[in-house]
Amino acid sequence: MALRTVNFTINGEAKSVQAESRQLLVHCIRETLGLTGTHVGCETSHCGACTIHLDGEPVKSCTMFAVQAEGKSLTTVEGLAVGGTLNPVQEGFWEEHGLQCGFCTPGMMMTATALLRTVNEPTETEIREAISGNLCRCTGYVNIVKAIQYAQRKMHATPAPEAVLQGGD
Amino acid sequence: MIPASFEYVVAHSLDETVGLLAKHGSDAKILSGGMSLIPAMKLRLAQPAFIIDVNGVSGLAYIREEHGELRIGAMTRESALERSSLVKHGYPILFETARVIADPLVRNRATIGGNLAHADPANDHPATMLALGATIVAHGPNGDRLIPIDEFFPSFFASALEPDEILTEIRIPAPGVRNGGAYIKFERKVGDYAIAAVAVNLTLDAHDTCIAARIGLTNVTDVPARATRAEAFLVGRRITDQAIADASRLAAHESDPKSDLRGSAEYKRDLVRVLAGRAIGRAVSRARGGSH
Repeated sequence: MALRTVNFTINGEAKSVQAESRQLLVHCIRETLGLTGTHVGCETSHCGACTIHLDGEPVKSCTMFAVQAEGKSLTTVEGLAVGGTLNPVQEGFWEEHGLQCGFCTPGMMMTATALLRTVNEPTETEIREAISGNLCRCTGYVNIVKAIQYAQRKMHATPAPEAVLQGGD
Repeated sequence: MIPASFEYVVAHSLDETVGLLAKHGSDAKILSGGMSLIPAMKLRLAQPAFIIDVNGVSGLAYIREEHGELRIGAMTRESALERSSLVKHGYPILFETARVIADPLVRNRATIGGNLAHADPANDHPATMLALGATIVAHGPNGDRLIPIDEFFPSFFASALEPDEILTEIRIPAPGVRNGGAYIKFERKVGDYAIAAVAVNLTLDAHDTCIAARIGLTNVTDVPARATRAEAFLVGRRITDQAIADASRLAAHESDPKSDLRGSAEYKRDLVRVLAGRAIGRAVSRARGGSH
């Protein structure tokens, strides 16, 4: 099967990979690049465990081909913490017990990080709408919402939130 | 779930896209947002030999009013429709439609052109575009062709696009005086297709007599369809609660739902009645100048 060279940056690093046209982006991220923080859940575009940032926007990486990432900037959950310091969303999940089994957590955190970058002070309803494409089967939404609200408070308590909310582009 | 093998081609212009379509015919599929195509390929319901990626074709993503129409580029993402203040305030029916499609992550990729070209009676834009009386612009070897939305869905999962044509733009007549629309969808959970949904667009005269009405139905007919008897009932009639109730019963009668895991045919038909009543009521309120 013919392989195609695909160039993109992921978590700030330029990469050049060989991908079959039909390879899904999530498989390229996990298997070719070894970044297994991005999860494969339903594989049917429903669960959001595979959520990454594509040029800063949260998308489901199981519903894109790796070849479509050519020239794009990707961020995975591995790109959220900088220098070993958790970003506010990650810290919120830690502090508010925003997970039980943890399977949905990477996708939840990618969606939440993108939300807090675009909406200054989301209401609880806006938070719940934003994560409506990310399924948690431990029924942990209450603490997930609290975790995101924790991150929001933390960002507003800090003089330069843009500098704190790393991840993305 | 791994799709069958295919050859991937990136198109950089409309002419190149049309050339590739002419060369590969029905072996080729256009990849825009991919939110319907890629899941279908993973399930091997679709096994195209060639994928033509049009995400690199510039100039296909825009929302603007000109020549008395709202013109939307086919590659406009659903999330862009949702965020557009022109859409939210000028075309609330379209805002209501975009924001109930799939989920926010899917809407960051999904395109309005793909939603229509896929011609799925369960998709949300077809009913709304039928209600709005939209025109589809198709680009082919001989340039642009305008297709009235009423002729765009000829049969099950088929569009009026020729194999060498690509949908490039959707044109919606600008709302006139005392015009209002609404889209109301009932779904089991976020991300699911509608159990049923109803799109209504109507115009009232100064005395609350309905002078134009179009009603589109989602996922309760084999092809995206209008409830023409309900429309005809409303036109020329003064809008009262009784008129809305009678029109809603006609719309329910015109629907042809199938029993499936989303509910029985009887349940869905009655849901059409309820949703049609609510959508007509909201459209009337907007036509009178209210926001709801």
